[in-house]
Amino acid sequence: MSTATQPAPAGRAAFRRPRIRFFGQEAPLGYLLLAPTLFMLVAFLAYPFVIGLWLSVTDSEVGAIGRFVGLGNYRYEFLHDRVFLSSISNTFVYTAATTVFKLVLGLVMAVLLNQAFPLQRFVRAALLLPFIVPTVLSTLAWRWMFDPTFSVINWVLARSGLAAHGVNWLGTPRTAMASLIIVNVWRGAPFYGISFLAGLQVIPIELYEAARVDGGTRWQQFLRITLPMLRPVLLVVLLLSTILTFADFQLPFVLTNGAPYSSSHLLATWAYAQAIQGGAMGIGAAISLVLFPVLSIVIAGMLIALQRHD
Amino acid sequence: MAIQSGPALSGRGMRRPSRRGGRHEIGDTTLGRWVRIYIPVLLFLFVTLFPFYWMLITSFKSPSELLDFNQSPLFVVKPTLEHYRHLFTGTHFGRWTLNTTVVAVVSTLISLLCSILAGYSLARLRYRGADTIGWGIFVTYLVPPTLLFLPLAFLIRRLHLFNNLWSLILTYPTFLIPFSTWLLIGYFKGIPRELEESALVDGATRVQTMIRIVVPLALPGILSAGIFAFTLCWNEFLYSLIFLNDTIAKTISVGVTSELIRGDDFFWGELMAASLLGSLPVALLYSFFVDRFVAGLTAGAVKG
Repeated sequence: MSTATQPAPAGRAAFRRPRIRFFGQEAPLGYLLLAPTLFMLVAFLAYPFVIGLWLSVTDSEVGAIGRFVGLGNYRYEFLHDRVFLSSISNTFVYTAATTVFKLVLGLVMAVLLNQAFPLQRFVRAALLLPFIVPTVLSTLAWRWMFDPTFSVINWVLARSGLAAHGVNWLGTPRTAMASLIIVNVWRGAPFYGISFLAGLQVIPIELYEAARVDGGTRWQQFLRITLPMLRPVLLVVLLLSTILTFADFQLPFVLTNGAPYSSSHLLATWAYAQAIQGGAMGIGAAISLVLFPVLSIVIAGMLIALQRHD
Repeated sequence: MAIQSGPALSGRGMRRPSRRGGRHEIGDTTLGRWVRIYIPVLLFLFVTLFPFYWMLITSFKSPSELLDFNQSPLFVVKPTLEHYRHLFTGTHFGRWTLNTTVVAVVSTLISLLCSILAGYSLARLRYRGADTIGWGIFVTYLVPPTLLFLPLAFLIRRLHLFNNLWSLILTYPTFLIPFSTWLLIGYFKGIPRELEESALVDGATRVQTMIRIVVPLALPGILSAGIFAFTLCWNEFLYSLIFLNDTIAKTISVGVTSELIRGDDFFWGELMAASLLGSLPVALLYSFFVDRFVAGLTAGAVKG
């Protein structure tokens, strides 16, 4: 490990130019320290990604790499697989709807928590709980709350006279999607709320004082100071949340797994159903890869927005 | 950066905007505080915590009481430990918990080690390609587990790691290393260079300054990264669902969903008992380190 103090090996192509050589002595150690990380990421992320690309153009089954079929899997999916097409639109609806709700509820939560009241710290900790607890386990509790015959939510609805027979939560395509969205918002809103709270707390109070001196109302202060100052936090939270929601597997798998009649599949659960339950690895790989270009566009857009801000 | 609790920083100006913006007096009456703060907070708390309450009381209900809606389902009349007993005697729940713990601890440690080294390298050393590699690591966020689970299943089969906890220990770092590296880069950059430079002048090597100066000063950040990583491991589901089929090898989430749900039969008492117990470790860890956890969660966001 004494490479640090030695000069860079002269033969390294990358460091031939004298301009670079000045910093060159830190290069060997720099790369050495990066090596374990790069190894893990190449071996278990980049390499599988390439295998995935290859699988998606073959007719592979579970356990055996198949023949090259070109874009056959993609053609089949887009032209003949109606569940796939509905899973694409479901994924967009799921991501868009949950993001809007999480954004609004997160803002409300952050503004609430940013005020002084008794037990404020306890409340903050409690509100983040859905985000901490394993999604599979909390989603099981929701599935039990949405049970067709013993739903506690329906019991309350019936008792309070809001809906005599309750709602068939997971039984119809529309309510199943709504249930997925409800549970995702319940799980994800705290992440937005706590992140926004952290963002609120670094806004200088002087800005608000100045606004009050100039006669700005609270609503104007919110629109003109709070929201613009939150922009960087907002973008990062949206970025992470969009990726996680778009590729969400745990929650839809446990809550509906496509039921009823494969109507509530998202891309991730449908890829799993085709590849693992149906054995069609090639097709499953093609389905999950459809996520990639969409995610790339979303992320490129957000990175551009972020850089413009800086 | 540590997130301070609200009261210290919350100014009057940051209150929730009142609908009647002009009449600011409304905020200062008791009634106003109830409308503006307490009632919304209580609503949030109720919706957030009810599913956990439902888990708790379901796990203590006897089978007959579970399906009896003539009395209020919101309370337990005759609590029983039957489901918990069955969980430990009739299933391998104990083993699943052990598996989950081993995987979470080992892959968190591996990831921390990798990201401390990589984070230091990217934050402190100047060499060609550092920026590109840094962005490259960030871009791996683009490749969530959903995209990789099928090819990884192939790879794991090739390595003969099916039903082996190493399949998870080796693959979890792919989503732990990127975020903890980014988090630690932030912490390392916040440590004054002068500290290190004066040690270098005194003849210390880079490796020594890293271990003796930078790492100890970044311990809060390392703790945040570790807690966050552990939570992510504990919550992971897709890889363990695919790589582990033996009852003995399963993690909590997979064991519970595959063995306590048989076709259309849901063993709700056991399921809720397991959900509660399975949530407990992360909830406890979290309650001891709320601030560190929140710091980890929001470090990237606030620095944006």
